[in-house]
Amino acid sequence: MASVPLIKPRETPIHLLGQLIVNAIVALGDLALFAQSVARSMLSGLPRSSVMTQSFYEVGVCSIPVVMVTGLFIGMVLAVQGYDQFHFMRMESKLGAAINASLVRELGPTLAAVMLAGRVGSSMAAELGTMRVTEQIDALRALGANPIQYLVVPRFLACFLLIPLLTAVADAIGILGGWLIGTQVMGISSFYWWLHSRQFIAIYDVNCGLMKSFFFGAAIAVISCHQGFHCGAGAEGVGRASTQSFVQSFVAILILDFFLGMFQSSLYYVLWPDPVSLF
Amino acid sequence: MRSEDLTSERSHGGPIGGAVIELRSVSRTFGTNSVLRDLLIGESGCGKSVMLKLIMGMMEPSSGEISWYGRSLKSRREEEVHRDRLSFGYLFQSAALFDSLTVFENIAFGLRQNTRMSELQITHIVHDRLRDVGLPTSASSKKPAELSGGMKKRVGLARALALSPEIVLYDEPTTGLDPIMTDIINELILRTRERQPVTSIVVTHEMATVRKVADRVVMLYPLTRLRHDEPQIVFEGTAEEAFHSPDPRVSQFVHGQARERLQELAAA
Repeated sequence: MASVPLIKPRETPIHLLGQLIVNAIVALGDLALFAQSVARSMLSGLPRSSVMTQSFYEVGVCSIPVVMVTGLFIGMVLAVQGYDQFHFMRMESKLGAAINASLVRELGPTLAAVMLAGRVGSSMAAELGTMRVTEQIDALRALGANPIQYLVVPRFLACFLLIPLLTAVADAIGILGGWLIGTQVMGISSFYWWLHSRQFIAIYDVNCGLMKSFFFGAAIAVISCHQGFHCGAGAEGVGRASTQSFVQSFVAILILDFFLGMFQSSLYYVLWPDPVSLF
Repeated sequence: MRSEDLTSERSHGGPIGGAVIELRSVSRTFGTNSVLRDLLIGESGCGKSVMLKLIMGMMEPSSGEISWYGRSLKSRREEEVHRDRLSFGYLFQSAALFDSLTVFENIAFGLRQNTRMSELQITHIVHDRLRDVGLPTSASSKKPAELSGGMKKRVGLARALALSPEIVLYDEPTTGLDPIMTDIINELILRTRERQPVTSIVVTHEMATVRKVADRVVMLYPLTRLRHDEPQIVFEGTAEEAFHSPDPRVSQFVHGQARERLQELAAA
């Protein structure tokens, strides 16, 4: 039976806005149902180890170079940009503390996640989208496999478990890059660089950043796989799924970053009412 | 296996509205008493492939029912559907081989996924199936990208037969192949039944396939060309009857005549 839109949308800005909101809610609900089916499939069992290994290799090992480059340049750029400001206030020796804190809490996890949304997320959406349009997902079903369990669960676990590790790599390399420029190029004392870093950064800060990256990894995996599974026909559909997966993952990372940041800050003030000050 | 008054909708584009595929009043029983080769013919877009996917339980009909072995799919649990689906083999139109796997891994996929066979047993079965479809065992290490269209179809057939299904569904098995390869695939469909007792349902446009393979022919007609109360199955009979059918809709299709369609295209 042919489905007919119940209400014909009128072309006024209010109606368009309403339509946009309805579409966004429908898309969000669809994504939530997809995430639920991933969780259910994960609980019912994991795919063969060879399938898992392949996903872990592609998400984890193959992403190390891009994450290292990202981390290195974030650290170096922060040192270059921050030096003048700190020099003006005669606080150069505390530049390392500021760089390292912003790296482990904010920039490391966020920028690493954005890079991985581009490298891993888009590739997953394109791969699954191609499998969909070439009927490979139907073929899996025909051969008695659950496509969510076989295709999505390994990718989800790889992103969820390995993106925090990749973030730790980005943090470490970023700290190294900042130190390299700060001490070897700008001439800041290495001793004070590390001393102030140790005083100002607690293990809580590192954990906050890594905790965020678990959420980022899960969001990238669910959004990208959802886009791949629901991509339109042909090369255009695959291309759009790939682009959409990056855009949606990027927005999700920023939104999650904001809310998790707020939550972590509130939690910090509850746990330690007298925070350490940089000044 | 029985399908009753199916209606399937598939929307494209947005969450509201969009194009629709519909099968109307399609009631059909396949393979109840004997092992037969049913051929499903009809114009592009009339719902033949959708019909196969509905039969496989890969799409849900929005109304009507599909039954396997006398029990409705709706009354079965998901695991049960997964298990019983293994009685079916499916040769996809594009072969749908897994790009990232070799020919061997493609054919072995269903066995590894659903059985506890040893690798040695799986290797024997894969090599047997490759021989059945006329491919050398040396092809087993190739990736699908290295195969020609005909080879892909044959690997797809080998994969579909690996689990020894009782029913094999062929979705346009000869589309895009040269006449010799078309005949080879037709021969393979015939030989499959000689080797093991399977019911075959073949969706096709190829009249050569209809002549060579069919025990029974069923023709679906595009819904847009039917009145609201007309059933979508416009012909059911043997291949010979199809070629001598007095129904203009059937004779136009089997003899490949454009007739009034050219004027319709010009008017559009």
